[in-house]
This record gives sequence, structure tokens and C-alpha cells, in this order.
Amino acid sequence: MDNKDTFTLGGKEFKSRFILGSGKYSMELIKAAVENAGAEIITLAVRRTNTKKNENILDYIPDNVTLLPNTSGARDAKEAVRIARMSRELGCGDFVKIEIMRDSKYLLPDNAETIKATEILANEGFVVLPYMYPDLYAARSLADAGAAAVMPLASPIGSNKGLATKDFIQILIDETDLPVIVDAGIGKPSQACEAMEMGAAAIMANTAIATAGNIPVMAGAFKSAIEAGRSAYLAGLGRVLERGASASDPLTGFLRD
Amino acid sequence: MVQINGESIDAAGKTLAAYLAENNYIIEGIAVECNEKIIPRQKYNEYILSDGDVVEIVSFVGGGQ
Amino acid sequence: MAQNQFFVDSDKLSGAALGHKHLIENDPSARTDHMEYLEGMEQISSGIMDKVLGEAAAFDYSKYNAADVKRAINSETCSIEDFKALLSPAAMPFLEEMAQRAKAETSKHFGNTVYMFTPLYIANFCENYCIYCGFNCYNDINRKKLDMQEIEHEMKVIAESGIEEILMLTGESRGQSSIEYIGEACKLARKYFRNTGLEIYPVNVDEYRYLHECGADYVTVFQETYDPVKYETLHLMGHKRVFPYRFDAQERAIMGGMRGVGISALLGLADFRKDALATALHAYYLQRKYPHAEYSLSCPRLRPIINNDKINPLDVHEKELCQVLCAYRIFLPYVGITVSSREQKHFRDGIVKIAATKVSAGVSTGIGDHESKYNGLEDENAGDEQFEISDARSFDEMYGDMAAEGLQPVLNDYVYV
Repeated sequence: MDNKDTFTLGGKEFKSRFILGSGKYSMELIKAAVENAGAEIITLAVRRTNTKKNENILDYIPDNVTLLPNTSGARDAKEAVRIARMSRELGCGDFVKIEIMRDSKYLLPDNAETIKATEILANEGFVVLPYMYPDLYAARSLADAGAAAVMPLASPIGSNKGLATKDFIQILIDETDLPVIVDAGIGKPSQACEAMEMGAAAIMANTAIATAGNIPVMAGAFKSAIEAGRSAYLAGLGRVLERGASASDPLTGFLRD
Repeated sequence: MVQINGESIDAAGKTLAAYLAENNYIIEGIAVECNEKIIPRQKYNEYILSDGDVVEIVSFVGGGQ
Repeated sequence: MAQNQFFVDSDKLSGAALGHKHLIENDPSARTDHMEYLEGMEQISSGIMDKVLGEAAAFDYSKYNAADVKRAINSETCSIEDFKALLSPAAMPFLEEMAQRAKAETSKHFGNTVYMFTPLYIANFCENYCIYCGFNCYNDINRKKLDMQEIEHEMKVIAESGIEEILMLTGESRGQSSIEYIGEACKLARKYFRNTGLEIYPVNVDEYRYLHECGADYVTVFQETYDPVKYETLHLMGHKRVFPYRFDAQERAIMGGMRGVGISALLGLADFRKDALATALHAYYLQRKYPHAEYSLSCPRLRPIINNDKINPLDVHEKELCQVLCAYRIFLPYVGITVSSREQKHFRDGIVKIAATKVSAGVSTGIGDHESKYNGLEDENAGDEQFEISDARSFDEMYGDMAAEGLQPVLNDYVYV
């Protein structure tokens, strides 16, 4: 296999196809998780500073890792844009993952607002990775708006339910030119592997690792699964024989010369 | 009064730099927005907080899903 | 490899004309740069041509084997790589399996319908010297251009036969068949038909928009071959010689508001496997860029013409043509596939059950002879034909034959709103 298999976001080349979330676990474990995951991109959130507990998460993240701040907490495009600008002011690059949710029960992304925010931020030079509901029209609009990738959800965020939207993610993979990064709901390494076999460019996971019995070991398990899925995709999946061959008359009997 | 991270604080008249220093903020780890506009770090000395300002002081925390 | 002998001299040409014909036939340096736009030709920034030509040039079909083909036939979604395997010589032994898969895809997207239409040639004047074409400007044929009264008469005759969709064609002469002339013909067509396609010389976006407003719904342009080097040796003179302007015609038509576009290579001119790959990729990339438009592919093979009955499609036999059509269907399940009367009855009857979705009927490629062809009235003033057809079934016969094959003939599914 070609070991130069990389993917590019915003002009940056990445070898690892595992984007790790840093929520829901302690700072001490982040470093071990990043190392075991082999992740080169890690997501962060932006929050009001707590001066009582003056701990900087950046101290726990290895230097060579690209930071991907998200706009979680934003309820519309305007708030997402504000959060993105603040995150860039924090001085860690131009990457931003847009998350706009107006449903506090299911935390489903609002595609229409996400498209608006993508357009504004892409014009300001951000490398925009929008979290989205896997809808082809929205994906095309996001591409037109200047997104660097699309991040469709596999199932509701934090649910660990796996590829509930599989067929729709496959459509995005088949029909758009942007990298498709499957985000949200991936609960097990096998599900991450399956998404990679389908042709996803990368996987983003957080809860599945943060809530595992042993966080660093699970991070390593995801790494292996994502690599296996990628290799399988590149190799070309073998054929699946349908049960029971059709015994109809030959269709090509009419051909001459 | 100045709204800072959602609280009403009697900080009008102070420079932003002074306020941040008094409250133990570590400048390298924060970004400041005032009335929905970013204040760049090098301007903290010049910016004087005034009555009615809405200030957000933020930093990175763990986050994913 | 066998070659066609295309050059034919007419004794009616003047010495000067003959001299120029021989010069451009024999001396490539006497010909213009075929990649250079002529004055008045609109350039759009597309990018599709470079992608298609790059893929076609790099296509090494000898590297695919039986396992690649089997995997492609059974893949859930046919990738570009799978499609290449299906076009390769390694796929020939799996033609029946390909046909079964193609049939399943056709049924999924089109049920058992087959669309019917007829072409209407309104003029055969041409300014180009395309050496394989009966209309080429050096070929000694009867030239004719119908006036509006004659066009309307032809349309009445065709409409009375029951046909609801026509494809209007001209030779490629802007001088003889102006945009205004074609536009007026479109307005007439709208009176008699539900769906009007055009197969005319490529034009600019605003001209396509005008023709759409006059009543045209669909634009078909054949690239003939996607091999620019070969193209240069076949289209020796005229605006058609400009390869990139022709390539972007479908995209300009969509930009001008046309509902759909037709794409094709003329199989037998160059390496047909590469041309088939390029044809399908042309549609594939356009669909990704303009997902709202409709796409259709044709698959003409070279045919004999007046004054040269030896022209033939070389290595593209019926089996190869069937392979190409099955591969098109598996790769692009949603596109329309038209099989023209260049093919014989047995082939058309067979292929509509596998991959094709549209057939022509009641066809004449001559000018102004529908009265004679449909009703048996002779017309000595008719203009000569572009090529010999192989399936002369009338609309009624074709309708009956399709129904007898268990298919549902459809005359149009287009409602003006």
C-alpha cells in the first residue's frame, strides 16, 4: 500500500485520519489519548475563562497537533462567527469547526445557519469544517460557501449509536468533491472502520473514547480501526455474491458480428 | 457598570490591561471581545472600559462532542 | 490496425478548391491550431475538459483483469475505477453478467419504459471539412435548407404520425442556418411537439438562452472523439475544428437555461475505450457541477455516407458497443441512453431491454423528405442524407415492436409549466 496516503485540509497535509475530541475527560488523560490515537488534529471548545482554576489545556496537547476549535454553544450563524473570531484571536491558527445547534434535546446541527456562517468565515480566511446533518443539497451549498470539508453526523451526538445515517453519508462521499469527515455518534472502533471502508476521509470521535473503560487503550483501538478501514477502502472491497443466481434467459443472445 | 463574562462589575475607567492583571488572567491563554468586537492583545493597554460595555473573556477548554 | 479511407474527390470541385482540400489533407502545417478559439467564441472557465482529457489519456485498459471486472459488476456504487474495468478488454467474457446488472439498474431508474422521438433535419449546409461526414463541405451532395413553410409542413406530417418529441438538426453552418432561423423553427416546433431537442453547431450562452426561450429544451453536441490529436486529423477545416469550444458546449447550454444536454463520441474514429471513458466522465463531471440538469448519452458508430460506402466502425462490433452501453448504464444509472437508427433492428430491440432508454423511429437523415418517407409521395427536391440508416421502422411499427417486447413506449414526460 502507498504509505504516502495523506489528506489535505486548508493546505495542511495530515497522515492521521483520526480527529480526536478533547471533551469529557481529564487533562492528564488528553496527552496519553492523543499519543495513542496518533491524532494530528484535536478539537477544542471556547468558553469564558475561569480564573479560579487557571489551567491551560494547550499545555497538555503536543505541539505538532493542529488545533480545531469548535463553535459549540452557538445557536445561530452570528454567534458561531463571533466564537470563531475569538478562537482565532487565541492564536492557534485558522481552523474552525462550525457547530450550530438550536435543539438542546438532540443537539442536531442547523444546516441553514451553518451554511451562512461558513460563507462568512471562509471569506475571512478561516479553514472551515462544518458539522452538518448529511443532506446533499446542504453539502453542495457548503462547498460553494468555501468549506474545506464537510462533517456529517453518523448518529446523534454523544449517542455512540454508530452509522445511523450510513446511506446518506455514502451519498455525500459519492457526490461531493470535499473530504467527508464522519463526526458524532461513532461509538465503537468497528463503526469507525466501516465509515472508512465507505470512503470517508477521516473520523472524528470523542465520547466513545472519553467514556471508555480505559481511555488511552480505546484511543489506540480507534487508531487501528481507522487505519484498517482506510486500507480496505484503498484496496477495493471484494465482491459480495448475491444469494441465488438469476436464471433468466440470456440478455445478450441477439448480438451479431 | 461593565458586563464582564455575564457579571456586572464596577470596572469603568480602568484599562483592560489593568482589569485583567488585577484578576489574575494569564494573557497568553485568553481572547477578549468587547461589544462583539475582538480587542487584539497589543491594544489591552489602550482600551478603557466604560459604562455599559459588554466584555467576554474566553479561553480554550476540552471539547468535542 | 485497420483504417478507414475517408478522402474522396468530387469532379465538381474547382481546381483551387481541390488544391486547398489536398493541401489540408496532406500537410498538417497548413491547418489551423485546433485548440485556439476563433473570434466570437465565448470562453467559460470550466475545468471539466482538463479533468476528462487527463483521465482519458492516462487510461491504461490493459491493466485490468477478470477479478477487477467481477468486483466492478458486483460493487454497490460503481466508482470511476470500476467503470474503467468494465470498459476494459478483460470485461468481454462477462458481457452477460454486465447486461444483467445493467438491466437491473435500468429497471430501477426507468422501469420498463422506452422513450421515442424522431430527428428532423432542416438544413444540410455545412462549413466544415470533417472527413467522415456526408455533410462535409467538399462532399458532392444535394444541399437544401427548408424555409419556415416547409418546416411547418414536415412538422405536421411528423406530428400526425403521433410523435411528440423531435430532435431538430442542421448541418453546421452559421451562415446558412442562423440562430434566428433555428429560433423560428423552435417556435414552430413548440406548436406541434411537447419536447424539442437541438443538434446544431455549438453556440454561446446568450444564444442558447435565446433558443431556449424560443422553445428548445435539450441540446446535443457530439464531441466525435475526445482524443484532441486524433480530432485534429479528422476535422480539417471550419469552426468545428476548435476542440475546446465544442467541448464546453453542453456546459454553455446548461448555463443558458437548457433543461438537459446530450453527450457522445462517434465510436470508430479513435480508441473507442478511451472515447467511451471520456464521454461518460464528461457527463459525470457536468452532473456534479450542475446537478439539476438532465443528461443523456448516445453511442453512434461510424456509418457509410454518400460517395463513400466503405466507411465502417472498425473494431467496434456489436459486442463492443453492447459492452460500452452496459458500462455506461452501471456507472451512470440515471442518464438517458439513446440508440439511433444507425443500428439495426435486432440490436435496438435487444439493447432497449438492457440499457437504452430512448430510440428514434420514423427516421430520415435527409432534408424535407418526410412526406415521401411517411406517405409515399415522391419529392425530387429533397436534400441528401447525412449517413445511411440501418433501421427504417416507422413510428407505428416501432411503437408496436416495443410494446411486443414487453416495454412501455413513452412519447414524452414533459409538462410545460
